[in-house]
Amino acid sequence: MENHPDPKGDKLGMWLFLYTEIMLFTGLFILYAAYFKKYPEDFIKGGKDLQIIFGAANTILLLVSSCAVAASITAVRRSNKNLTVGLLCAAWLLGGIFLFNKYLEWSSKIRHGIYPNSPDMAAAAPGRSLFFDLYYIITGLHGLHLLVGMILLSVCAVMVQMEKINAQKYILLENSGLYWHLIDLIWIFIFPLFYLIV
Amino acid sequence: MKNNHEFQNILSFKTLITILVSLLILTLLSVGVSTIDLGKWNVWVALTIAAIKSSLVILYFMHMKFESMAIKVSFVSTIGFVAILIGFIFWDISYR
Repeated sequence: MENHPDPKGDKLGMWLFLYTEIMLFTGLFILYAAYFKKYPEDFIKGGKDLQIIFGAANTILLLVSSCAVAASITAVRRSNKNLTVGLLCAAWLLGGIFLFNKYLEWSSKIRHGIYPNSPDMAAAAPGRSLFFDLYYIITGLHGLHLLVGMILLSVCAVMVQMEKINAQKYILLENSGLYWHLIDLIWIFIFPLFYLIV
Repeated sequence: MKNNHEFQNILSFKTLITILVSLLILTLLSVGVSTIDLGKWNVWVALTIAAIKSSLVILYFMHMKFESMAIKVSFVSTIGFVAILIGFIFWDISYR
């Protein structure tokens, strides 16, 4: 059987998948918004318990890593193999630092007794426990996506090194890049909703 | 001709860095605005800045500006359906 490469079809397929991801997170954001409307005071108090510095640092990390991935596509199309691999490794590393920050943040919250169904949360106002349940679900699901994105980036870096991804054939890198940018996009909304509400 | 056209779609490093700097400035702006108490407008300002930031990411990093009609139309329709979904749900919960 002959294999006909179809990068345009591959890319459209990737976008269709991204639309399902958008719907998934939209559902969670609607849930957030509906409960925010019901318990505004509890949500604002919950938001104040999160440290802006973690959220802001993670926003910067993801924006820079997104830029690195976009630049890696420019580099591969200009046949600059070393730069492409370097940029992908940089993006991977930034993603890793993001997850490490998330680990620090979650463990500090858990130490303070803030986690789903903890004794403190069970006794707290319903709005407060809802806020932190949504915080764990949404940032957790986002972190899981980031982990998948990091696996995709490392596969791409290896394939660029082996020259299986090159200036003529780079759709896998483009599609992995799209996935990485989507993770960045979702964080762009998570950051103001959870950290910046006053 | 086709190759020439595709070549032009390579985003220069300069463009990408400009977009990144704009995104970082918008991030600082949204943190700054959140320290000012604007009442219910805080949420709307934060979401507007987030929408501008995501437009930049989609248009440039995700290359949407240079994509085919099929991808552009399907993307706009998706956002349209998301807007309908959000609109009707809020219509419902606001008048309960």
